[in-house]
Amino acid sequence: MTVTNGVTNTLTTERVEERLRERFPDAAFRRQEGEAVRDHTLFVPAARIVEIATFLRDDPELDFAMLSWISGLDLLPATPRFTVVYSVLSLTNNLRFTLKAELADENPAIPTVAGVWPTANWHERETYDFFGITFTGHPDLTRILLPDNWNGWPLRKDSPLGYQEVAFTHNTPGRRKPTPSLTKLKPKKVRYRAQ
Amino acid sequence: MTLNMGPQHPSTHGVLRVALELDGETVLAAKPIMGYLHTGMEKQAEYKTYTQSIPQTDRMDYLAPMSNNLALVLAAEKLVGITAPARAQAIRVLLCELTRISAHCVWLGTHALDIGAMTVFFYCFREREKVLSIYDHVCGARMTASYIRVGGLAMDLPDGFLDRCQTFVDEMPAHIDEYEKLLTKNPIWLARTQGVAPLTAKQAIGLGATGPTLRGSGVDWDLRKKQPYCDYETYDFDVQLGRSGGDAFDRYQVRIGEMRQSVRIARQAVQRLREMGEHGEYRLRDFKYVLPPKDEVRTSMEALIHHFKIVAHGFFPPVGEAYQAIEAPKGELGFWFVSDGTPRPWRMKVRSPSFINLQSLPTMVEGRLVADVITAIGSLDIVLGEIDR
Repeated sequence: MTVTNGVTNTLTTERVEERLRERFPDAAFRRQEGEAVRDHTLFVPAARIVEIATFLRDDPELDFAMLSWISGLDLLPATPRFTVVYSVLSLTNNLRFTLKAELADENPAIPTVAGVWPTANWHERETYDFFGITFTGHPDLTRILLPDNWNGWPLRKDSPLGYQEVAFTHNTPGRRKPTPSLTKLKPKKVRYRAQ
Repeated sequence: MTLNMGPQHPSTHGVLRVALELDGETVLAAKPIMGYLHTGMEKQAEYKTYTQSIPQTDRMDYLAPMSNNLALVLAAEKLVGITAPARAQAIRVLLCELTRISAHCVWLGTHALDIGAMTVFFYCFREREKVLSIYDHVCGARMTASYIRVGGLAMDLPDGFLDRCQTFVDEMPAHIDEYEKLLTKNPIWLARTQGVAPLTAKQAIGLGATGPTLRGSGVDWDLRKKQPYCDYETYDFDVQLGRSGGDAFDRYQVRIGEMRQSVRIARQAVQRLREMGEHGEYRLRDFKYVLPPKDEVRTSMEALIHHFKIVAHGFFPPVGEAYQAIEAPKGELGFWFVSDGTPRPWRMKVRSPSFINLQSLPTMVEGRLVADVITAIGSLDIVLGEIDR
């Protein structure tokens, strides 16, 4: 039992980790170490994320009915490079818990949890849009905030900020080509008379 | 038939586009399409110090700048491990509750305008203007406030500020009565909102909806009560809940009730600030993270060094991660920082409530009429700047 700012919690994050270890004795769980890791964070195997998510949601003691957010994380040049972070929230226990799943460097992919929490649909689309992480089995894995024909994954660390060409109709593949008469226009040469 | 609603349609509150699949007037499927205002704030934050990201947040939910500032600052404070002094927290609470009133005023005005009640719009914008003048008085900007800083505030309160807030909170309940007189028993308003765009509690939780959208569905979840920040546990207020199954009218009543509760909290905050003194401590004296007062910079060598260090390259947080959420006018607004020990965050994730609440739009409108889509969008209270970030 913990008391924070006058609010009492009966369930603790330590107990959540203990329950997960009891339920999945063969899975490789690892708590994230670090003095300034302010929220209890547990690394879970990526392949088993759907099982773990379903357990967290359906277990009557834990009751993590809400998925708060999903985020990608690029740790270039470390390996494994990509991480997907899930922050789950139990309304009845008033508790947050963070899960992390590490992914391979090449073609990072992880099963979708959109079947467990419907809200994951857009979160996963956003993570795909920014990091290029594939969520296998996702019902509609398309770009959500960037244009459909955008090249690259902007929140990866090897994607630069700035210096890109501004996307117009004439330099974006798949857009309508400008009329030929406009492309033929060239700036007029200006001759300066010698003094 | 496929009907394209937006992105330039006025009732989509910005540049939201909804692709509607229709059978006559009945909506078979609705697909929100967004990203027209995407400016890559999360990417830009990786190239800025924590303080430099504060002005970015003003442009997210541009109707509630103070709440956005506060969410970022609280996340950074949690990462660093510091807390602002009590007087600064009271000022933050006061400003955030005024922000909630003004954001709900804009919501009510535009929502009513969508449905066809024009008078409410003018009434609401009259009161919103007063809040914007209060912002102007306290920080010099009407919309892009950037007033809250890591460890406290940018500057102390100006003279006569508390009297001005007192006048506002004294007048506001009568204005909320005016809005209610126009709408709450108006048969047209009731016909357009009651039973329209329903969202059950189970659906709302599954879809991750927060704020008035979740409370409208009858779920007692308010971060100010459940996970208090800025000493909210010491203020006296009630959480508003919807009572008739989570329709648009429920969300209307929840927000109207919240405006009254915000007035109540703001009044308590003004009272508390009067007791603490109109001028006083507004920033933490931890000069590794917080700028020293200007007077000391002019007289003390040490303060000057701290000032120079923080201005030149920002403060150095420890290596770690922190997530902190607040109850913004739209719902749970949270920031997640990953720090590698340098003055710039390695990753900043924004959990924006409008983005996630909008996901419940298809559930609300599928199988219903086209006209109800407009009510549903209005009752969700979205801001596209925050959705697209």
